[in-house]
Parts: sequence; structure tokens; C-alpha cells
Amino acid sequence: LNAAGATFPNPIYQKWFSDFHKERPDIEINYQSIGSGGGIAQLKAGTVDFGASDMPLNDQMVKTIPVSFVQLPTVLGSVVPAYNLPQVKTELKFTPEILAGIYLGEIAKWNDKAISKANPGVSLPDTEIVVVHRSDGSGTTFVFTDYLSKISSEWKSRVGSSTSVKWPLGLGGKGNEGVAGMVRQTPGALGYVELIYALQNNIPYGPVQNAAGSFVKASLESTTAAAASAKMGATDFRVSITNAPGKDAYPISTFTYLLVPTDWKDKNKQKAVAEFLNWMLDKGQGMVTQLNYAALPESLVQKMRPVIATIH
Amino acid sequence: MLSADNAFRWLMTLAALAVLAAVGLIIAELVERSSLAWHQFGIRFFFGSDWDPVSGNFGAWPFIYGTLVSSFVALLIAVPLALAVAVFVTEMCPKPLRKPISYATELLAAIPSVIYGLWAIFVLVPLLRVHVNPLLIKSLGWTGLFRGPDYGYSMFSAAVVIAIMIVPIISSISREVLSVVPQHQREAALALGATRWEMIRVAVLRNARAGIVGAVILGLGRALGETMAVTMVIGNTPQITKSLLAPGYSMAAVIANEFNEATGDLYRSALIEIGLALFIVTILVNILAGLMVWTVTRGTPARTNV
Repeated sequence: LNAAGATFPNPIYQKWFSDFHKERPDIEINYQSIGSGGGIAQLKAGTVDFGASDMPLNDQMVKTIPVSFVQLPTVLGSVVPAYNLPQVKTELKFTPEILAGIYLGEIAKWNDKAISKANPGVSLPDTEIVVVHRSDGSGTTFVFTDYLSKISSEWKSRVGSSTSVKWPLGLGGKGNEGVAGMVRQTPGALGYVELIYALQNNIPYGPVQNAAGSFVKASLESTTAAAASAKMGATDFRVSITNAPGKDAYPISTFTYLLVPTDWKDKNKQKAVAEFLNWMLDKGQGMVTQLNYAALPESLVQKMRPVIATIH
Repeated sequence: MLSADNAFRWLMTLAALAVLAAVGLIIAELVERSSLAWHQFGIRFFFGSDWDPVSGNFGAWPFIYGTLVSSFVALLIAVPLALAVAVFVTEMCPKPLRKPISYATELLAAIPSVIYGLWAIFVLVPLLRVHVNPLLIKSLGWTGLFRGPDYGYSMFSAAVVIAIMIVPIISSISREVLSVVPQHQREAALALGATRWEMIRVAVLRNARAGIVGAVILGLGRALGETMAVTMVIGNTPQITKSLLAPGYSMAAVIANEFNEATGDLYRSALIEIGLALFIVTILVNILAGLMVWTVTRGTPARTNV
């Protein structure tokens, strides 16, 4: 079996496919992490058996693909605001207004009223905020801009959400490492990176106020909580879980998806795929936290089983 | 009967034609796959300055500008440096030092560009921001070319990285060119009472100038196409500003950055058209450089080794 697509879940996919191959030596899944855009294009061209994308495909994009397929969430990721303020020793809290204001260019300095209001008692420097964003197209940018679109109508109309957007201001860094490097090297900088990357590299990041009004620091648990509290259709899992309603939900979280065709001519391949997907829900989900991914909530796993059964 | 000679000739012709075919296929593929963006925007694509993947509006001008300016500034820095290295090594270097210096410059050419990029993020950019740029703003700020705010990630940083990367290419080729200038030209100049500098200027550099221009063109080719190191320090902001300390963007960098995750058909097509633009710019620059060589060498026929 051949698959291709998103780079964000690549480490866990590689682990899944190789562990699954150990259990079922007759089934080998070869995954190429060429990016979501590439995964979609290859699925369209029929050169892979299934694809993977960080961004769910909307109905209009689904129509351009000749085969019918389901979009199945596999793991969760989240995005955290990382900053560089050597003068400030306490952890900075972020509200939706602060993040949108900074990325729209309306909040230019660290001692802005909105920031000091959310962080009472913290002495904030009178320095400019150096805004950093991703320059490469990425699911990270998609979830971050999706979040900003939800909490700020101005962002939604002026910028919108996608894997790359037209940023009102700021510097672009390539990859998580590029953004993190820029933030580290530039005093007064604020950027956004994947939670996994921040955890692995000990990058300080602040909690973000969620829809229920509480400040939640991103963690694997608070990311899963966001998915659990999101409203989900019975068979359509294309739902944005940014700004999810739960009290413990971290607001900048997202699913990543496998795009699996539903009609297979080759029944051996069909059996192998279905078997893998069920394995992924049982054993696979138990492995994800080792690699710092957040697992799917149990309620969603139960809903996915009947959908996987429709693959024939 | 095909003689060995004939067979060899056909083989060579085939090899030469294969190169032409490759270029032709590249052009055909770029044109075909960018046709969607071409139909949508026409010639405006090359001169528009809006790049908005969400609303599907694409213009390549800031990227073309960024590629040209960063490469040009890089040449301004690299050419004098590279020539100095070449002249020093061929004309005045003590014999035991000659080998190590040429070896070291060639070693620089073998370092992968991602290493240059990372080094630039962690060493060069902070160095420029803290020590060099404030001086430039102070002394040359009046030109408008060096103006804050200074984040360190800028067109200028990109140009410095590119310069470091192309110095070895330009200097090693120039060195070869300088070393084949006939010894008797030097002796003649000295015999006429020229000082050492006059001898180098009149007898060596003048004779070697066509070759030196060729070396610069090769360096420029590398500068125009350099992707990884540039995108890591240029700031990746598609804008046109006079200040070299402001962030910019380049054609190769935007393709590398956005192609993987470009999901819409028009978006992919626009990125491929940027590739076409890069191809056209490279060809134009090469033609221009060819004309330069021609004007430089015209009137003074290449002196043969008598």
C-alpha cells in the first residue's frame, strides 16, 4: 500500500506503519511525507492508495477528486504562542484579543493595555513586539489562522485561514525550527510553534484563554479535551476544534486526517486498509503520547468504527 | 557500416541534444502547468505585488525584486573579496601558504546551504543586528538604503550569506584564469617600470577580464537560485522596500516554502509560474552578462599565448 501527504503526523505514521508491519508481515504501508498539498494531488491522480492532510477538504475540493473517500482524524496537535522577553520572569497569559491584536498589527508594544490587563502585576517592557509567523505552508499556520478567524471577525474578513496567508505584518521563519530560532534570537519576539516542537525543545510558551474563559496551557490532555468538547457529526469528522467550548479545552488545537477511498477494486488492499485503521484506533492510539501527539477522545473513536466499516 | 568515428559522433550529438531537450521539456512543463495562473492574471502576474493564497490573488513582483536585489548586493560584496583572494594567491602569496588558502576557499564551496542558513540564523544575524547594522544605519542611513526597524532578518542578511557562498566559486575560477596569464606579460610590465600594483592591473587583470566576468556570471547563477540559506534569513515577507534592512522574499524561497502545502489548483499553478519567472529572469541575466563579456572583450582580441 502506498500513501502520501502531511508532514506534521509523519513521525507517528512511520511508527504505526512499521509496528503494524511487524504484527502483520504481509501488509506493508509506505508513507511519503510530501506535504498535504502533495498528498491531495497524488490522491487525485490515483498514484497513491490513500492520502493525508492537515487541513480537512471542503465540499468544493472534495468534488475535484474523482474517487469517493472518507476523511478520518488520526491524531491531534496544537499550536502555542512562544515569546522572548528576557525581562519578564513570570509566564505571560494570552487572550484571544491579544493574539488577534498583535497579528493584525493593532497591538504594537508589549506594555499595551490589553496585555497588562490579562497579566496583572507583571511589569511589561515598553518594547516593540516583533511578530514571527511560518513562511512555509503548513497545517500549523492553518490551525492558527483558523483560530484567529474564529475569535476575530476582522481577521476573518481581512486575512482568512489557510496553510499560507497574506500576513498583515511580521517576519516569516521556515518551519517550526525557523520560527523558534527567530523568536530565540530576537528580544521582544512572539511566534507560534507546534506544541510537540515546544515540548521537545523546551521553548517557553504561555497559556491561552479559551471559549469558556479559563486560561489553559497547551498539553496533550488539554488538546484531547478540546476534541472531546467539540460538536461532531455522526459520520463527518471535518470539524474545526479551535476555540472549542470545553472548560479544559486548549483553544488552538486541530486534527490531522487520512483521506481513505471508500470503493476498492482490489479486495486484498481494502481488507488491509480497514484492518490497519481499526488497529490504529485500538493499539495505535496508545502509542501516540510517546511521540508527544495527543490521542483521539474515546467518544470519537466509537463514532469512527462504523465509518471504517463502510470501506468496501 | 557505421565506423567507430561515426558512432562516436552520433553519440556526442545525442548527448548534446539531450541537454537541449531537457531545457525544452522544462520550459514546456512550466508553461503547461502554469497556464491556469496565466489565463487568470496574464502579464499582470509578473508585475502584481499582491500575494494572497486565501483570496486567490497572485503577483510575483516582490519575489522577482527580492531575487534580483539580494543577488546584486551579494555580488557587490563578493566580487571584490573574491578577486582579492585570487590576486593574492596568484601574485603575492608566499609559496607555502598558496595551497592551504586555495584549499580552504574551495572547502567553503562544499558546505551545504542549509548549514550556511543555520549558521546565519544563530551567528550571522545576531552579529549583523548588534554590531554591523547600527553602524550602517548611522553612517549610510541618509541614503535610505539602511533604515530601521532592524530585526536582523533582512534582504541585507540574505545578501551577505549569498556573498559568502559565492566567494569560493568566483575566486577559484578567477584564480585559474589569472594563473594562465603568460609570465612574460608580467615581466614586460615590470621591465617598463610598472609598480607591482600597476603590473597586476595592466598585465594581469586586464588580460584576464573576460575570464573574470565568466566567473562572476557563474557566481550570479548560484546567487539567483540559492534557496535554503536565503529563506532562512530573508524574513520571507513579500514586500518592496528601499531599505535593505527590511525583510524581503525571493522566487526560489517562496516555491520551496509554499509548494508542499499548496492545496488549490490556481495556487499551485501560480507557484509554478513563479518557477517560470525565475527561469526567464535567469535567462535574461545570462544574456545580459553575455553582452557584458562581449563589450569587455571587443576591440582587444584575446591575447594568445605566444
